[in-house]
Amino acid sequence: MGDIILDIDKVDKTFGGLHALADIDLKIEEGKIHAIIGPNGAGKSTLLNVCIGRLEPDRGTVRFNGEIITGKKPYEINHAGVVRVFQTPEIFPDLSLLQNVMVPAFAKRDGTFKFNFWKSLSSEKAIREEAEQVLNDLGLGEHLNHHAGSMSRGDKRRLELAMGLIQHPRLLLLDEPTAGMSRHDTNRTIELLTRIKERGMTKIIIEHDMHVVFSLADTISVLAQGRIIAQGTPDEIRGNPKVQEAYLGGAEL
Amino acid sequence: MSMPTLKNDLAIMVLFTAAVLSAPLWLAPIGADYPDLLQKFAIYGIFAVGFNILFGLTGYLSFGHAAFLGVGSYTAVWSFKLLSMNVLPAVALSVLMAGVFAYLIGFISLRRSGIYFSILTLAFAQMCYNLAYSVLTPITNGETGLQLANDDARVIDTLFGISYDGLPSTTLFGLEMTGYPGFYFCAVLLILGFFLSLRIFHSPFGMKLRAIKSNQTRMVYTGYNTKPYLLTAFVISGMYAGLAGALLAVTDPLAGAERMQWTASGEVVLMTILGGAGTLIGPLLGVGIIKYFENIFSAMNVQQLTEMFAFLPDWLGKIAVTLTNPFVGEGWHLTLGLLFMLIVIFLPGGVMEGMRRIAAIPRKLKQRAVPKPTPATEEK
Repeated sequence: MGDIILDIDKVDKTFGGLHALADIDLKIEEGKIHAIIGPNGAGKSTLLNVCIGRLEPDRGTVRFNGEIITGKKPYEINHAGVVRVFQTPEIFPDLSLLQNVMVPAFAKRDGTFKFNFWKSLSSEKAIREEAEQVLNDLGLGEHLNHHAGSMSRGDKRRLELAMGLIQHPRLLLLDEPTAGMSRHDTNRTIELLTRIKERGMTKIIIEHDMHVVFSLADTISVLAQGRIIAQGTPDEIRGNPKVQEAYLGGAEL
Repeated sequence: MSMPTLKNDLAIMVLFTAAVLSAPLWLAPIGADYPDLLQKFAIYGIFAVGFNILFGLTGYLSFGHAAFLGVGSYTAVWSFKLLSMNVLPAVALSVLMAGVFAYLIGFISLRRSGIYFSILTLAFAQMCYNLAYSVLTPITNGETGLQLANDDARVIDTLFGISYDGLPSTTLFGLEMTGYPGFYFCAVLLILGFFLSLRIFHSPFGMKLRAIKSNQTRMVYTGYNTKPYLLTAFVISGMYAGLAGALLAVTDPLAGAERMQWTASGEVVLMTILGGAGTLIGPLLGVGIIKYFENIFSAMNVQQLTEMFAFLPDWLGKIAVTLTNPFVGEGWHLTLGLLFMLIVIFLPGGVMEGMRRIAAIPRKLKQRAVPKPTPATEEK
């Protein structure tokens, strides 16, 4: 087994009476794509929220690259190298696509705060070219100066992916990256995610589309009612009767 | 939405500088070419340009910027009393003092956003107003307002052996700041202030402020600590307000508490929105429109209205005068209110949006002129 990049240790979270996460133990190996699947309300998004500092767990810790990140500010976790792509596209609707990608690029370069008010954007060639490159990679190169808010939902999702990728995170958390995309765009995203896998970026993917999960994931965890009920390679998960019962309603995969 | 270039910025600055410096010429046909009014344009222009850096870029609506205007005025008058009648120390100290106040008020107000932020700033400004009006009378001279006196110390002036007969006027190394010299002093500061605002608008810092306005939550997960960004924008815009306040005192060395009242804070909001918040030129257009019409409408009275409607039959003229009278003189604010309502309802982007719409008309007409292939012809 390779190095553990993310170590979720006995994480517990309740909302009122709902036990959203119950003693979750999960170790993610560096450089792998790990999928988390499970029925709606299983706690998948809550788990990602704990990893990026949006929620603090009641108990337990999350370690990233050996360092405890629970209790840290979201922007500190971002700079540690954890980036999340949200389920409903979280972009800057009033900015152009290019600016949407330049903003995270500046965060990577300038840190949490920099008062570079005298510098002109037009002199930031390196950042701009990098942003154009990433947008081109994702097939958004023709729309550089378009208003991000007026793009289609699928384009917004790809834009958000671009915003994540430009920061070269060590760990990328993807919350249903292909939901709402056409089959064509889904395949393109799968192809892209496979391509960047070779760069050694670790990914955690939440996904309902089993086609996406089985074509991408190295390992899969199945979450149901806040617990991990199964874990293993795609083949092991496919054949696991417990999974089929809990999640897939007994249907053959 | 395309990226700004240095060449564009330069062109904007050349045009802007030329327009401001030649204002007495091109404003003459509408009768706005006298120094007092021109100076008002420039001073409130600085106020609005600064306000726009906060409100236009970050979307944080401060309802308390008049506090910094007032702080600027008081500081300037104190500088005239204690240090020198020269305007430079007054201006520098006012900007600095307004910055300190803005830091303190901003630090607390920015713990909240949206309507709560606006209310906090409003509360702070009203507190400043009341302090100036009564509690801090030794510093502000309360109701009467802070004025120059014959026995003021003026340490620096005394040091250089400058003495005055009677009440002195403000100077720039001997050049009296009245009439056109006064206007050109304000105009130069307006040009500098506009240049700084242009740099901020087209800098990475400015883009990040826009991103905060667009989606602040996203900024936090993108690796930004947004609080220092907002506080910096708040302090900068507070310093612009302080500069405007100082210039008001340069024009007329008197500082009263009413300068800090919420109506003064509201006025800059109005001017910015009327012209177009978040655009470079918009707030200046708003200032021009409001200050120009204020000048005309508030000076009107029944007699002038009667003369205006003299061409109508007598009875109709009387009705017209009765109907329009509440909107002029003291009632000018009623006109302003109506104008503001119309803009917010029909042109939320202000005058700038109106101009964009007009500019888009020829293109639309052209599109209409070229007949598109209708679906019917494509079908079999």
